[in-house]
Amino acid sequence: MKPAIELKDVHKSYGTQHVLRGVNLSIPEGKTTIIVGGSGQGKSQIIKHSLGLIRPDSGTVKVFDKDINAINKKQLKEVRTHFGVLFQNSALFDSMTVYDNVALPLRERTKFAEEKISDIVHEKLEMMDVVGSDDKYPAQISGGMKKRVGLARAIVLDPKIIFFDEPTTGLDVEKSNEIYRAFFRTQAQLQYTAVIVSHDVPKIFKLADYVSLLFDGVMQGCITPEEFQLSENPAIKSFVRETMGELYSSEVEGLL
Amino acid sequence: MMKVFERLGSSALLQFNEIGRMGIFLFYSFLSIVRPPYKPGPVIKQMYVIGSKSVFVILFTGVFTGMVLGLQGYHTLSKVGAEGVLGSFVSLGLIRELGPVLSALMVTGRAGSAMCAEIGIMRISEQIDALDCMAIDPHKYVIAPKFIAGIISMPLLTAIFDVMGIFGGYLVGVKLLGGNEGSFFTSMYNNVGAEDIYMGLMKPLCFGVLIIWISSAKGFYVHMTKGGGFGAEGVSGVTTSAVVLSSVAILLFDFFLTSILI
Ligand SMILES: Nc1ncnc2c1ncn2[C@@H]1O[C@H](COP(=O)(O)OP(=O)(O)O)[C@@H](O)[C@H]1O
Ligand SMILES: [Mg+2]
Repeated sequence: MKPAIELKDVHKSYGTQHVLRGVNLSIPEGKTTIIVGGSGQGKSQIIKHSLGLIRPDSGTVKVFDKDINAINKKQLKEVRTHFGVLFQNSALFDSMTVYDNVALPLRERTKFAEEKISDIVHEKLEMMDVVGSDDKYPAQISGGMKKRVGLARAIVLDPKIIFFDEPTTGLDVEKSNEIYRAFFRTQAQLQYTAVIVSHDVPKIFKLADYVSLLFDGVMQGCITPEEFQLSENPAIKSFVRETMGELYSSEVEGLL
Repeated sequence: MMKVFERLGSSALLQFNEIGRMGIFLFYSFLSIVRPPYKPGPVIKQMYVIGSKSVFVILFTGVFTGMVLGLQGYHTLSKVGAEGVLGSFVSLGLIRELGPVLSALMVTGRAGSAMCAEIGIMRISEQIDALDCMAIDPHKYVIAPKFIAGIISMPLLTAIFDVMGIFGGYLVGVKLLGGNEGSFFTSMYNNVGAEDIYMGLMKPLCFGVLIIWISSAKGFYVHMTKGGGFGAEGVSGVTTSAVVLSSVAILLFDFFLTSILI
């Protein structure tokens, strides 16, 4: 199958810090790909490269077979009409109400009447379990709620590719389950391509078609969750052991 | 020695870089102004922010500038026995020079700084990136309404400033110091011509573009600012430099515009 997004040998440095060291990654169309990896490894950087917000030092980033650093502004805008993005910090417009935040893409990108916009916005907000906060400003709602409003805004135009950067970090278990359920429903319905950065291992494996670990500036495999858990790759192996709770097995405890 | 040249070279490159960036910014801003769709809502909102909210400060400074002109003018002119032309002295000074420059400086301080900070915060909290990713052009959505509002508001504010100033000059020159009311207005009618009004409107138009350009571009590129541009300090830094640069640019441009239009 043709990949929706393809990163080839992407390098990126900040000063002396070599963050991405030859990232190769294919995101298959219509599937859910999870990117895992420690904090500060550059997961958000991969998302920003895929969005065309950051230009790689070397290497190419292709979205729908178009090199997004070689096309013009108009074509890039066209590609981005298919994106739905949740930034790690939600990036809500802080001088707009919750309702206006979610309504903005509809107002700017469609010619829908205000009643129709209102219906869609409320549908998406309900899906994300944000009810009765229409007139609140981002500063007046909790961090988890911001994430959910961000998610509602990301999916409001039924995008083809969604990028969620840590959609459930900082949420309690119940709320994050709720988000995953909502995600599962909409993914089944809309068949979009999903790129999700998450720390919710192993729960997130249930949603994933493919899992990829970012370690040492390189993607370690893009494989199914089952393969991932059984992988012999030392980086993946140690990641799986650290995150999947073998910490309490007698073997490790014996070492401590 | 090499080090010195290196440093000079790199700082020169940075300057060129910034100038280029500002130029591209202006180009895209104008492009997004002329491109449809045209939405009046955001423009009206910005006219409120830039224009209406500046009215009070303009009224106030206008009156006092006119009063001081009246005071100084009366004393100077009466030395040569020409206090009869006070009206034209006050009105020409205001319309051609002080009205445009002082209103522009007031708007820089009031609206330019606020605009720079607002856009800077949008940048560092990734709201501009978010707009980009939603395929909403930040130039069209954020910057263009400010430009249009600035271009419309500046001449209007300047006109208010001029009228208030002339009123202030009249208060001091005629009511306070007892100059002749008739000659105050006659000299004004006789000496203020269409070319003065033209200059008095062209200047604020240019200053309006200058203020919005510098203030919004500084905020827009806060993340690329040399040696910083992080967080609240980054925003406060660019805001300060936007105000300083705008003010200096207004005075420089005032000289060049005057020499072209005179
Ligand atoms: N603008 C920047 N300037 C300098 N370093 C940066 C910048 N953006 C990211 N980095 C560095 O890149 C690394 C990866 O960041 P990020 O992608 O946010 O990590 P994460 O995997 O936690 O999402 C971090 O170590 C950070 O220090
Ligand atoms: Mg991150």
